[in-house]
Amino acid sequence: MSLPVAPKPALRRFHQASWDEPIVFELSTPGERGVLVSEIEAGITEAVGDVVGSLPASLRRTSPPALPEMAQMRVLRHYLRLSQENLGADLNIDVGQGTCTMKYSPKVNEVIIRNPKLADLHPLQDPASAQGVLEIIWQTERMLAEISGMHRVSLHTQGGSAAIWANIAMIRAYHEANGEDAQRREVITTIFSHPSNAAAAKAAGYRVVTIHPDEEGYPDLEAMKAALGPQTAAIMVTNPEDTGIFNPHIRDWVDAAHAVGALASYDQANANGILGITRAHDAGFDVCHFNLHKTFSTPHASGGPGAGASAVNHKLEPFLPGPVLERDGDRLYFDSDRPQSIGKVAPFYGVIPNIVRAYSWIMALGAEGLKTVAEIAVLNNNYLMKRILEIPGASAPYAEGRHRIEQVRYSWQRMYEETGITSEEIGIRLSDYGMHYWTSHHPYVVPQPFTLEPTESYSMRELDEYADALAQVVREAHEDPDLVRTAPHNQTVHHTHHDDLDDPERWATTWRAYRRKYFGETR
Amino acid sequence: MIGLIVNPVAGIGGPAGLKGSDGEDVQAEARGRGSVPRATERAELALLEFARGNPGARVLTASGNMGQDAVVTAGLEPEVVYRPSGEHTTSADTIAAAAALAAAGASMVLFVGGDGTARDVSAAIPPGTPCLGIPAGVKMYSGCFAVSPVAGGAIAAQSVSGRLPLQRREILDVAEDEVRAGRVDPTLFGYLDVPYVQGRTQARKASSTGSESDAVRDAANGAVRQFRPGVAYLLGPGSTMAAVAAVLCVEKTSLGVDVVLDGRLILADATEQQLLQLVAHRPARAVVTVIGGQGFLLGRGNQQISAAVIRALGEDPLLVVATNDKLIALGGRPLLVDTADASVDESLAGYIRVVTGTDTSSLYRVAAADAAIEATNTSTRENNSWVDSTTK
Repeated sequence: MSLPVAPKPALRRFHQASWDEPIVFELSTPGERGVLVSEIEAGITEAVGDVVGSLPASLRRTSPPALPEMAQMRVLRHYLRLSQENLGADLNIDVGQGTCTMKYSPKVNEVIIRNPKLADLHPLQDPASAQGVLEIIWQTERMLAEISGMHRVSLHTQGGSAAIWANIAMIRAYHEANGEDAQRREVITTIFSHPSNAAAAKAAGYRVVTIHPDEEGYPDLEAMKAALGPQTAAIMVTNPEDTGIFNPHIRDWVDAAHAVGALASYDQANANGILGITRAHDAGFDVCHFNLHKTFSTPHASGGPGAGASAVNHKLEPFLPGPVLERDGDRLYFDSDRPQSIGKVAPFYGVIPNIVRAYSWIMALGAEGLKTVAEIAVLNNNYLMKRILEIPGASAPYAEGRHRIEQVRYSWQRMYEETGITSEEIGIRLSDYGMHYWTSHHPYVVPQPFTLEPTESYSMRELDEYADALAQVVREAHEDPDLVRTAPHNQTVHHTHHDDLDDPERWATTWRAYRRKYFGETR
Repeated sequence: MIGLIVNPVAGIGGPAGLKGSDGEDVQAEARGRGSVPRATERAELALLEFARGNPGARVLTASGNMGQDAVVTAGLEPEVVYRPSGEHTTSADTIAAAAALAAAGASMVLFVGGDGTARDVSAAIPPGTPCLGIPAGVKMYSGCFAVSPVAGGAIAAQSVSGRLPLQRREILDVAEDEVRAGRVDPTLFGYLDVPYVQGRTQARKASSTGSESDAVRDAANGAVRQFRPGVAYLLGPGSTMAAVAAVLCVEKTSLGVDVVLDGRLILADATEQQLLQLVAHRPARAVVTVIGGQGFLLGRGNQQISAAVIRALGEDPLLVVATNDKLIALGGRPLLVDTADASVDESLAGYIRVVTGTDTSSLYRVAAADAAIEATNTSTRENNSWVDSTTK
């Protein structure tokens, strides 16, 4: 007897939607409207007069803005189509975006942040009328302080790199306050720390010294000590590093930095495997950051807004970005009178919807739940690593044979030598199976890299599905390399012309820039 | 149209334990020990890969086992531009074939061999022409080889379908009889421009330096910022040093050690004796970079900066300049110094600051000569799967 529904093949058959959808500006029809704005009522005109006429001429446009003119339903269809031509955390087994911690963002939190009580808040309204949301900020700060062991937390920044920037800005202010700024001109980082650490330090005016791994693949403590001196302002390190390797001598690193009067800053973008297990303060760090959009489940929002948190010990408290939320009995208020503060690092008080989501996520899990998150994330990662390393040509360089924390930066170097297929080509072909990965931050220290981070959100079955698809693509690389090289075949677009992105004369990130650069329009 | 040169005897000395394949007597000895040349096989692997995207393509090459045979086997169409006169080809044939390829307008040159072949190719191919080595030699100190024949074929295919950016790489070669006598003393013979594959759109999640030449210029800027008035700087050879000279606006000899003081060139192509005289009466530092693919700072191509010179330079003799990519390409192996004086090598061992850009540096391990020979042998094996697989 045959089954009424044919069984599914072992590997998912996938094809991406392809709508051949024009750019929204090309869909514009003059005069078409999504909303007809009502006439101003007579009473209002009487009360306020001619509003437009009262604007100074210098502020008034001479011609209307070149915006698309479209009916509502067409707008809806346009964006729904675009959204289908996409892979995202809600669609695919999104373990390929290692270092990004693509975990499940619970949908119930979306309901909460759309509550008008929150959505209708205005950042300039009297804090006395917004005590509820301030209580959430206050509680979230306290919980992150507890998680990191730190003294105080600022939730102002809108992303991880912004938080790292705030951290180095506080470190600089600390040394200035101590009269040592002229002497302390160097920041030490490691090659497998997130490059934002080096970038933020450089942007803050420091010379940057990079430490390469030791012979076993761990951050090289002796090299770090050789780099330290009275000129050192801080060490800025990620731990676990982007390889998924936890620095076993992290306390020694911090102590060595303190011994020469430098501060220690901890990049905790990779905190998902250490929640409830290790704490920045217990390793002696002076300052650390979190990405709420990684570890604490808030959406990444495709480049923004994320949300960062900077956590500091007593030394750096006076320098926290301002204003700082304070409590006076039952009343919460903002203290702006803080002469040593590094000042504003973002508009108002942070990305409130993300703070609410993170608060909700932490409260739903509780302390034990957070620890369970870390344990499952580590378990998932080491299970996936075992599956990946069974694929011919895959390796996990550095500290080989050891377990990793929450992610692994793998290498396809052996497969590349055998097939000439690059890691990037493997990743692109994988998208034909409805999955993807990215390779690595630059520079490519690990040759032919790919970075996987399964988080706690995926089941063993899903991790198996991902590993099976990857194994299939590698089989194709050996048996039919052209199939891989000419991929994607089942995607919305075929190859992109990436050369355009290298040439300022050709890149166009807006419609107007496109018209100007390609059609010579001057308007 | 791509050009192909196969050195048919490349690598023949390796399996026979002869440390190289230069010269007819060594090749005869290797054949006598039962070695079979594999260079043509290696060429075919690369060409088969190239042929996938370029079926039936015409390939400029030399006759017989200098390229034509491999081209035919790979199903491509040979256009012979050079014919060796004798049965056993020599270094002169490689040079003449390379010159013929250049004259015929080859848009890219693939050569199959080792350091000796690379040296001959670099003697005849003008700068700006993409060249890529398919590893088949015994010695591979030069930084111009693909990691494998298949990977080399893939890069060649990409290079002809859309121009790939080029990196200028040093060509080093050793006198093989010295290696057999236990010495490794390669000389810098010139440069080749090697195409490399950049990451594509996905990689732009993190901004990278626009190109390797930008990175080299940035490293050179970083080094020049550390120059102090009244101090003489001994600029070693290497493409990074050429960039340092360019920042200083001085003419630099491409293979020699030149000395600058307060922004002016005071000595070109200096000998060891001249350097010793110079540093005896004024403060000076040697500015060196990583030469070739094996990570040597001293003792490869810059032997003028000798142990005696290093000693005379005092406590902080070296200003090391290299891009991060060059350090990364070492795959964790230490930088090496080989001044032929164990105590000087030992004094340089440990950690050294490498200037990688404007206000950026890396702390990197340096190992001494004894370790150097051993590490070189190991890394040659790592970098060359063919040597590995045939010696097993």
